[in-house]
Amino acid sequence: MSNTVIDIDNVGKQYMLGTFGTGTLSHDLNRWWARMRGKEDPFLKIGDTNDRTKKGDSDFVWALRDISFKVEQGDVVGIIGKNGAGKSTLLKILSRVTSPTLGTIKIKGRLASLLEVGTGFHPEMTGRENIFMNGSIMGMTKQEIKRKFDEIVDFAGVAKYVDTPVKRYSSGMMVRLGFAVAAHLEPEILVVDEVLAVGDAEFQKKAVGKMQDVAQSEGRTVLFVSHNMAAVRSLCTRGVVLKNGMVDFMGSVPDSLAHYLKNDDETRKDLIINNVKSTKYSLKVSNIEINGTKEANSTIRNGQEFIDVLIEGTTSEPLTYDVMLIFKTKDGMPLATYALGHYEGELVHCPKGDFTIQRKIALPKILTKGIICVDLFLHHPMVEYQLKAPNCCVLECEGFQKGFGSAMDQSNNGFMGLEDFK
Amino acid sequence: MHKNFQSLILTSMEEKWDIIITNRSKLFDIDFRELWRYRDLVLMYVKRDFITFYKQTILGPIWYFIQPIFTTIMFMFVFGGIAGISTDGVPQAVFYMGGLVCWNYFSDCFSRSNNVFSSNKGIFGKVYFPRLVVPIAGVISNLIKLGIQFSLFLAVYIYFICQGVHFNFNATVLLVPLLIVMMAALGLGTGMLISSLTIKYRDLNFLVSFGLSLLMYATPVIYPLSILKASHPQYLWVLLINPLTAILETFKYAFTGVGMFSWLYLLYSFVITTVLFIWGLLVFNRVQRNFMDVI
Repeated sequence: MSNTVIDIDNVGKQYMLGTFGTGTLSHDLNRWWARMRGKEDPFLKIGDTNDRTKKGDSDFVWALRDISFKVEQGDVVGIIGKNGAGKSTLLKILSRVTSPTLGTIKIKGRLASLLEVGTGFHPEMTGRENIFMNGSIMGMTKQEIKRKFDEIVDFAGVAKYVDTPVKRYSSGMMVRLGFAVAAHLEPEILVVDEVLAVGDAEFQKKAVGKMQDVAQSEGRTVLFVSHNMAAVRSLCTRGVVLKNGMVDFMGSVPDSLAHYLKNDDETRKDLIINNVKSTKYSLKVSNIEINGTKEANSTIRNGQEFIDVLIEGTTSEPLTYDVMLIFKTKDGMPLATYALGHYEGELVHCPKGDFTIQRKIALPKILTKGIICVDLFLHHPMVEYQLKAPNCCVLECEGFQKGFGSAMDQSNNGFMGLEDFK
Repeated sequence: MHKNFQSLILTSMEEKWDIIITNRSKLFDIDFRELWRYRDLVLMYVKRDFITFYKQTILGPIWYFIQPIFTTIMFMFVFGGIAGISTDGVPQAVFYMGGLVCWNYFSDCFSRSNNVFSSNKGIFGKVYFPRLVVPIAGVISNLIKLGIQFSLFLAVYIYFICQGVHFNFNATVLLVPLLIVMMAALGLGTGMLISSLTIKYRDLNFLVSFGLSLLMYATPVIYPLSILKASHPQYLWVLLINPLTAILETFKYAFTGVGMFSWLYLLYSFVITTVLFIWGLLVFNRVQRNFMDVI
């Protein structure tokens, strides 16, 4: 007997675009006529892949196509992908809210899905009544809920309000109560959509901890969809990357995240200057170079000591500015900032006319291997921003390595290594 | 050794899956065992109906009495008084209230089932449970309402007996539980059928909204069948194909001894009800799997 608990085989989901009207009726009649003659659905052969940015020619679109993978007992699978990649559709099919157009999914054991917390909460009912209502909707029996009632109330931290209608609850309390019920389900398989993105930091920590418990100590299978890379990294054991409704990558979590983030660059233009989001009316920027190139992708070589920054343009008013660069991970976590004006309090004054800004930013000696995203700003601190270019370029860092050593990895070791005091 | 190996292969090939999700389903693929597992949810839904019905009202459950009382008074005034429609010698209050209690039950069951998808799409879109739970819970909570209103009817009935009115109370009354089941099945079946048909094309919704009130006039609720037989016998067939007619006439006959009662006609109604119920169940079961995409 194999350990596979979910077997997804060639699953596809087709949606129709536009509104339903008389045209839909003719499609339905076509379909019905084909079925009567024992033929295949004529609309299954057509349809575009799901790329929202391009306008397709077909009325049909495949939100999911050719999805096949297996999930083993005890796996915690993170499903990642951009908006519209089909993550939620897949979860909806798994939780049987809707059915697939093609393919089969086989599941072993009880599956509970958490696409939303507090499903079925009625504002007029008290917390107690809603716990029972919500619990039964999620598939618990009355006995089970009774047994866990105190635990649930305790976990949600709403003991004082348990006999008050939930319409009097704060939205945070409502969410906590909803999650508390869900967290005490005991399914073999748990399907979770980004419900952790709610509640305050303390509760989020509690929620992630609970999920970890469920996954690790109790050995249950979890499918988890999130945009929160940190949560995926800390929770999951495997990753599946979806793109335009198809499986783009499957593998370990670090590999999947790396793959996903690498392909996340589509919105970034090739030249740094094209990634400028806004400039002050008086400012015209004609050239931006970072790390010695106009290109938005460049490499920080092993042993490189500094990064060049060059900004050229014209201003129609005198300018008082400071250059600020923020280095971030691909997840958007800040690593380091260059902003002399901030910590030295000195600003540059420049008369109207052409200007050239040149900086040489010293790099720490021991950099780790990884991707660094750069935000570039020209600003007068606390007064105004003259230029904003968030995420304007990506620096691929080779990482410092000497002799028989090997470069450290950004995701494990942070951004830089430390040296001996000399 | 060899044999062991073979059996190992066999077991791995015949793995047992608890849930299989596909597009195609068999027509009669209704999972009653699963429905039974969710019986607690049915009760929760019923409980929720009651809790939320009288929350923040002063009169609370008394509202269940007020509606039929006032409607009966209105009927007595309009149909009995102004229009002067005969009630076959039965006191008007008993006649109208009996009809109303039955009609209310049917129409409540119908509306609940008919609104299943539109009023629950928030929940249905987020979590799976057998969708049949909701209309079934609707029928049960309406049954409780029926119980309350029926006791009101009995009170009025007994009042008139005390006043010296003689009713031909007869053994047909034993059929009343069956009549209630039939009304429930009819309301549930037609409601589910129409709700399934209106998910994608809402044209029927317009028909249903006034059709239900028209149906009441095509059912002997406020007039006895005998009146129509006497005055417009050419339209009698309209009422006779209506399966509700037999149910209401039998009900009135059981308590008052007037009205049309025939086993054959009740059997006809029973068959039609069963057919509509099963048809509704099948269509509903088919539609529920994909309705989130089209609603």
